[in-house]
Amino acid sequence: MPDTPLTIAGRTFRSRLIVGTGKYSSFPVMAAAHAASGAEMVTVAVRRVDLSRRSRESLLDHIDTGRYALLPNTAGCATADDAVRAARLGREAGLSNWVKLEVIGDERTLYPDNEALVAATRVLVGEGFVVLPYTSDDPVVCRKLEDAGAAAVMPLGAPIGSGLGIQNPNNIRIIKEFSSVPVIVDAGVGTASDAAVAMELGADGVLMNSAIAGAEDPAGMAAAMKLAVEAGRLAHVSGRIPRKRYATASSPLEGVVGA
Amino acid sequence: MTIQLNGEAFDTPGPLSVTRLLAALDVDPRRVAVEHNRLVVRKAAYDSTVVAAGDEVEVVNFVGGG
Repeated sequence: MPDTPLTIAGRTFRSRLIVGTGKYSSFPVMAAAHAASGAEMVTVAVRRVDLSRRSRESLLDHIDTGRYALLPNTAGCATADDAVRAARLGREAGLSNWVKLEVIGDERTLYPDNEALVAATRVLVGEGFVVLPYTSDDPVVCRKLEDAGAAAVMPLGAPIGSGLGIQNPNNIRIIKEFSSVPVIVDAGVGTASDAAVAMELGADGVLMNSAIAGAEDPAGMAAAMKLAVEAGRLAHVSGRIPRKRYATASSPLEGVVGA
Repeated sequence: MTIQLNGEAFDTPGPLSVTRLLAALDVDPRRVAVEHNRLVVRKAAYDSTVVAAGDEVEVVNFVGGG
């Protein structure tokens, strides 16, 4: 079954997996996981330079920006204003107008403040940003984000870092049905089957950090995620069989010996 | 004079350009973004942007994140 590549804001990606750069035990471990993931875009966070520590080792020394597009995030921002500020700084630091927009509404769940998210999306789209908002798995909010000009919508599968897998598969399916921009499931994946489920539901891509960075063998898990995303996508476009309550024999019913 | 640098008081001998401030901090200007009184300073304007007493400056870079 032929498939079309993932295209966001006119940019085409061969890989449908986007990975993070946080929580790795070391930069070389991160770089190996990135290579194994096959991803072409990695998220980064915008933070104050630690002026008291004289470590000169920089994250960017370990990311081949010719190979991986940088997707700065606004993680940790609790208001639309702060998220807009972080996005502007990220653009200046990375010289790219793409942003993973996060506006966090609750510390324990890290659920988004969707009202502020829509407002910040509108502002940043007006400033020429390609905005990829991290959002609740709510079809109505996703529609509002798309109306505000988001280049993709990124509903969560489960809380960030929880590894719980896709908690509301039906909503992901509905969001995909509603959206004319790509749907990237962002957050909640724990293992390869979760990524495959997201793709089987029709998601255009999956974004993850903790599931790879926190695995015992990050490069191994990254390779598993690459395969899972590809397998899930292939299964989705190939059209699964309907679910039935009872058996349907795979072998002919006629000519059974002794019948 | 005192400025607010990354949220903390920071003393400098007097007004100075963003370029000089980054040099004083031993920060590679290619790897950071700078905000001056809540407005992003384009790299081309580092020489001409003067930080004065009481100004707020943020110097940020990319760190690992998801």
